[in-house]
Amino acid sequence: MTIQEELKKQLSTLPDFAAKKFVSTFFQGEDPEKIASSLRRENVSKPVIYIGAGTCGLAAGAGRTRKKIESLLKEKNIEAEIVEVGCIGFCSGEPLVDFTLPQKNRICYSKVLPENVEKILDSVFSLKPQKENLLGQFEGEFPWEGVEYLKENPFFSKQKRIVLKNCGIIDPLSIQEYVARGGYLSFIKAITTMTPDEVCDCVEKSGLRGRGGGGFPTGKKWKLAKAADAHEKYLICNADEGDPGAFMDRAVIEGDPHRVIEGMCIAAYAIGANKAYVYIRAEYPLAVKNLKKAILDARANGILGENIYDSGFDFDIEIKMGAGAFVCGEETALIHSIEGKRGMPRPRPPYPAVKGLFGKPTVINNVETFANVPEIIRLGHEYFSSIGTKNSKGTKVFALSGAVKRTGLVEIPMGTTLKEIIFDIGGGIEKGRKFKAVQIGGPSGGCIPESKIDIEIDYESLKSVGAMMGSGGLVVMDERTCMVDVAKYFMNFIQNESCGKCIPCREGTKRMLQILEAITRSRKREKTEDALRRFEGIIELEDLAKVIKETSLCGLGQTAPNPVLSTLRWFRDEYEAHIFDRKCPAGACSEMLEYSIIAEKCKGCSLCAKQCPTQAIMGAPKSPHYIVAEKCISCGNCKTVCKFSAVKVS
Amino acid sequence: MKINVNGKEIDAFEGETLLSALKREGFDIPTLCYLEGMSPSGACRICVVEIEGQANLVTSCSFPVTPGLKVKTHSPRVINARKTIIELLMSSHPDDCLYCDKQDKCELLALARKYGVTKRRFSTISRNANMDISSPSIIRDPKKCILCGKCVRVCEETQKVGCIDFSMRGFKSKISCAFDSSLNVSSCVNCGQCVAVCPTGALMENNSLESVKRALESGKYVVAQHAPAVSVSLGEEFGLPLGKDVDGLMVSALKEMGFSAVFDTAFGADLTIMEEASEFAERIKNKGKIPMFTSCCPSWVKYVETFYPDFIENLSTCKSPHQMLGAVIKSYYAQKKGLDPKDIVVVSIMPCTAKKFEITRPEMRGANFEDVDFCLTTRELARLINIFGIDFKNLKPSQADLPFGERSGAGKIFGASGGVMEAAVRTAHYLLTGKELADLKFEPVRGIKGVKKAEVKIGDKKIKLAVLSGLGNAKDFLDALQKGADDADFVEVMACPGGCVNGGGQPFAKNKKAVLERAKALYEIDSKEKIRVSHENKALKTLYKDFLGKPLGEKSHHLLHTSYKARATKDR
Repeated sequence: MTIQEELKKQLSTLPDFAAKKFVSTFFQGEDPEKIASSLRRENVSKPVIYIGAGTCGLAAGAGRTRKKIESLLKEKNIEAEIVEVGCIGFCSGEPLVDFTLPQKNRICYSKVLPENVEKILDSVFSLKPQKENLLGQFEGEFPWEGVEYLKENPFFSKQKRIVLKNCGIIDPLSIQEYVARGGYLSFIKAITTMTPDEVCDCVEKSGLRGRGGGGFPTGKKWKLAKAADAHEKYLICNADEGDPGAFMDRAVIEGDPHRVIEGMCIAAYAIGANKAYVYIRAEYPLAVKNLKKAILDARANGILGENIYDSGFDFDIEIKMGAGAFVCGEETALIHSIEGKRGMPRPRPPYPAVKGLFGKPTVINNVETFANVPEIIRLGHEYFSSIGTKNSKGTKVFALSGAVKRTGLVEIPMGTTLKEIIFDIGGGIEKGRKFKAVQIGGPSGGCIPESKIDIEIDYESLKSVGAMMGSGGLVVMDERTCMVDVAKYFMNFIQNESCGKCIPCREGTKRMLQILEAITRSRKREKTEDALRRFEGIIELEDLAKVIKETSLCGLGQTAPNPVLSTLRWFRDEYEAHIFDRKCPAGACSEMLEYSIIAEKCKGCSLCAKQCPTQAIMGAPKSPHYIVAEKCISCGNCKTVCKFSAVKVS
Repeated sequence: MKINVNGKEIDAFEGETLLSALKREGFDIPTLCYLEGMSPSGACRICVVEIEGQANLVTSCSFPVTPGLKVKTHSPRVINARKTIIELLMSSHPDDCLYCDKQDKCELLALARKYGVTKRRFSTISRNANMDISSPSIIRDPKKCILCGKCVRVCEETQKVGCIDFSMRGFKSKISCAFDSSLNVSSCVNCGQCVAVCPTGALMENNSLESVKRALESGKYVVAQHAPAVSVSLGEEFGLPLGKDVDGLMVSALKEMGFSAVFDTAFGADLTIMEEASEFAERIKNKGKIPMFTSCCPSWVKYVETFYPDFIENLSTCKSPHQMLGAVIKSYYAQKKGLDPKDIVVVSIMPCTAKKFEITRPEMRGANFEDVDFCLTTRELARLINIFGIDFKNLKPSQADLPFGERSGAGKIFGASGGVMEAAVRTAHYLLTGKELADLKFEPVRGIKGVKKAEVKIGDKKIKLAVLSGLGNAKDFLDALQKGADDADFVEVMACPGGCVNGGGQPFAKNKKAVLERAKALYEIDSKEKIRVSHENKALKTLYKDFLGKPLGEKSHHLLHTSYKARATKDR
């Protein structure tokens, strides 16, 4: 079915007045079908240039590329429409620039910068698109000859895009473009033809589970809140996305904010809430900007407000920005933050579904969870539950980063193996290095070694190897990464972000961090107790980890020991090398590196001695120099400045 | 319902927490952040128990009971977790125990002994925070703080003052005033409820023992006066039962320590009643500012000055009983005894920390000298008795000295919430109708409920009364008053929930039972008293005849009444 046919089908399921109102609101004019088609830019009369202007694209230089394109168009007297779109997910290929010429499919180029854009532009406009930087063409009525389809590109071929469907395709600031591709019809269908019970049932049967990391069945949570007897109920969208290494929520809000809004509208209807908050971290200014515009547009077009489509259902959304606390991604701390209090969690029960914001029943869901809802309503629960594994249905967006060739956001069906993600989609380890481990789930998650990468991704299977789905951050590591350093990094993060309320997390993680620091401290800077702490290290780490896991108040504390426990499980030898041999096998722990000068290569130029911050290098001019080990702080300056590669690191 | 604990079946009730059921059945569950009557905080995690079917350990303070629950309170897993938590706390706690005044009452130390912590498992790190000794009432030592959060919750939720809160994050978390200001310039009203709940020595009263000892050595005429609540509470510090009246023992102890005279602040209370009831009668007659609020609680007075200065004119202008008595001592008594007032030192024994602040107020100089020179809490008095090596329990009881040792039952019940009101009603009725109240026991204002409303018929007038304890209730009342509520003519306000028997300077009580027993004892003393109304206090009548003249007269105005001013604080 074409998109147009699908639109017609969806409209036909609505009551007459609703369908008429919908069409007249969004496709105002003589020929609504033609208007919808032009909104989808299926048959353009003027060239369109799309620029990937999500935060990733902008960081890669998309802003400069846009300026250059604008000046080139002027120079060459070409009239074209420039559209800024969100992130399609191929972040390592940014800036991405797409072209749709009249009577030609949309075509996509990657790594387009002011330096090379002119050549690309010329080649496309002369109908001979250059092969260099060409990523592929989108499907359509007017294929380019000899150009690969984007869906066959290894980065995209295994993806199944439900959440990221529109990201990088549409102008996120246009509600009409969203609607032209079927947007908001699920919501109108829900409030005009379904009861709240039916909506909850549909979502429950689909098997959708919370995508923020908890994995709690979404339909079940909605039903709990729906059943709670109260006049006031609330809906909250958790867009705090605190995990370092996770950026899918940001991309979805930047690139397709209306999808999230629609999901929230359906959820609010299902549970009986009339007011919702989006709690979004302040460090996402572009996402906030786009979301604000989307909410205004939704209000102006009758999607938010009172008695929406005569259903008797009132609903509105307010944005509340975070203030830089990772713990405020925890649901009860988030609620306290919205209430104006310090963001500290509280004991549960009572759960927010029963007693949440301002003491009222509240459903909190993650951005990605909401973004799945419109398609579930549109296509039915069977479609969603036909994807994935037995207990984990649907797709998941992963933020793939680290030592792989291709990084970015990938949406894959549950049950895909890690190996497929890292080697097929990600293209394997770059620069010919060797895969060592992949960290999944951020500071709450764990590392998975090579021996386990055939694992099918699923909530339960990951737990069985000591990891956790979490929000879906995947950081790939090669042999240059030290696993003890990874554990230390995450423990340091947790210590900085712990709210301080409960003793196991506040005091316990500090002590775990102390031990990890003692293990990675250099021999020279070691204090006397450090040696004892080092030897007791692993045992103490495991004992403390157990108590912290079992007694912490919230998920932050309960999962804080995971990176340590999982690296201990799979890379115990690295810990032992640090503790007993005082060596870092990966060469990453800077304090444990030993620097020496190869006498045969040294020309005695003294450049290194001049750069040494502790005057640790001795030697007469034109004679081989020598590093005094006791003074050396392993900063690496000498190696950096030596022109003769005479500095050896071990 | 029935639940299974350590293999035994015990009773539990729908809607209660597991901890409440366990405590009732006598199980020994340690707690650090638990506050009776308030919603669970879940901060300390030490009350954890093992519950079948739960992967992690569960805090019993927050877990609701369900039929058939299977609980283990002291399994190896639980004991290990509790011990680890104590070890973690101890390793970031100063090693000060030898010099810490909280040593015998410290909950952390008690837990360490109970769980057998004898090794320094972690190396000591101390918090980077300085002591705050700015307040005359309360000393803060953040290094000893275990961040249980009880002080914050009591200040914020019970008292609705909220001058302290958590700041910073993670290991750097600390409790502080807004903008890290010192306590004395913050909105703290010195009530000391935080001191009463602090499990360690992080919050203590400002110790005045050295000053009092020096005064006793100085050769000056040192006079002690003790508040009504003290005699029914002091016994607890010596292992005597709750509510035992140790008035006689206390007087003997004070005499033995070298005080030249021991008076009863309840006499001052009778004096306050004469002045205040007369003041109230005047306001009713001349349509003065109504409702009139009592002013004997210095924390309440500071609260009005800080947060609701618009109601300053509603406060009675009477000083508190001990201030009045101090002023009278340094004028009338000094004259009678032929003493130079500058050689008299007045020491008040109070259940209160706010009194330490009150005596420093510049207005409290009725006789051109400070009415009261020093103030000791009930706890400090116990310490002093021990320093002098006095065998308290085996003393021969003695009577307080005249003339100010004489008091009515009405003066004694000042220590309980509702006591001031009842005493005032007894005298007001007489002053306005010339007749005694038919039943001197005025039940509607008794009890530890935070808000009590009543009506009394005096002559042909119906006077509406309100009794509030706990500043949070006062806040609600004032907010309603601002919006135009009009349901009281005369209001008694005590900052401490339940009244002075629950004051910030009282012996540390494990639960509400102590407060109830202390209050009960006061009313019992009153019921057995020969003279039960302030206006029949013979010594008081003499004082007026020989010296003051009449209530609200010029001498009274000068010595016994005071003024108030609005206060600005650094955090508002």
